[in-house]
Amino acid sequence: MTFINYASREINCKIVYYGPGLGGKTTNLQYVYDKTAPNAKGKMISLATETDRTLFFDFLPLELGSVRGFKTRFHLYTVPGQVFYDASRKLILKGVDGIIFVADSQSERMDANIESVNNLEQNLKLQGYDLMKIPYALQLNKRDLSNVVSVEDMKKELVRKGEPVLEAVASTGTGVFDTLKAVAKQVLIELKKG
Amino acid sequence: MTTPDMIMYEEEYQKIKAIIARLRTESNAKLVFLVDKNGQQIAAHGELENFDTTSLASLTAGNVAATDGLAKLIGEKEFSILFHEGERDNLHISIVAQRVILVVIFDNKSSLGLVRLRVKKASLELTEVFEKIVKKINSEKETGALEMESPFAEITDDDIDSLFAH
Repeated sequence: MTFINYASREINCKIVYYGPGLGGKTTNLQYVYDKTAPNAKGKMISLATETDRTLFFDFLPLELGSVRGFKTRFHLYTVPGQVFYDASRKLILKGVDGIIFVADSQSERMDANIESVNNLEQNLKLQGYDLMKIPYALQLNKRDLSNVVSVEDMKKELVRKGEPVLEAVASTGTGVFDTLKAVAKQVLIELKKG
Repeated sequence: MTTPDMIMYEEEYQKIKAIIARLRTESNAKLVFLVDKNGQQIAAHGELENFDTTSLASLTAGNVAATDGLAKLIGEKEFSILFHEGERDNLHISIVAQRVILVVIFDNKSSLGLVRLRVKKASLELTEVFEKIVKKINSEKETGALEMESPFAEITDDDIDSLFAH
């Protein structure tokens, strides 16, 4: 649910990174933060536990520039991935415009990926959204590790519609901006439809 | 779902800014700001240079969402007022028109009683404005005027690519 302010000529969109625990959602955000010019970003907020696991959410405001005279702001959020934080995850999905699913490519995390995609679908439904209609991209993260599932097999298990699928290594930044762009593009195209 | 939930027009924006500015003066507060429940800041007035309002907006929305969740768990509809007391500054959070969050930051130059009193009055005025906005959006949706007005109707792939050029 984008917020268009005709008075100050601004448009604000909310993008949420979803996925299983320890999959690299916060790492994605951290990389975007590190690589963005200081004047284009706000403070990154992490509500984390003492062991740096996301407790409620991470938040990063980004200002990408102007489109047709409107300042375009993206608010990036992550959800806590661990299964028992479901109540918090639901809250963060409120008012979402686009979703990036960060899947962990390691073979032992495939079950967690599948559980998390199903959880996303359910939680979206509770908020009145349909995964089939919302701007969405699938990121296959941690492609640099040795015990990864093949891209084809991951697609078979996780692809829900014709969403863009991007390979990534969030810790080094590979694929991070490409994934963000894939979703941001869909969000802006949705706006075009009015 | 694809239609924007909130659109702010010049006329109502000026009204909202005026109400907030008056609330700040009358309650002797440091900062007053309005956020929608999704964490997007709508308007702010006061010592803006001393506060990171973008972060405040997103955390306030998170706080209200979590408190809403707590209320439902114990069978309440909502907790309409939240108050955080600090050593120096205090935070008064209230829900206006069931959809926007009004935040007042104040120190010992004001008092909780005064803030509550003034917030109550301002809330009524803000509710009126937001009802008007919703009416406006709905009537434009019906007539299709909203589509015509969308600044993004003409957006091209190049426009989007240029956002990510750097």
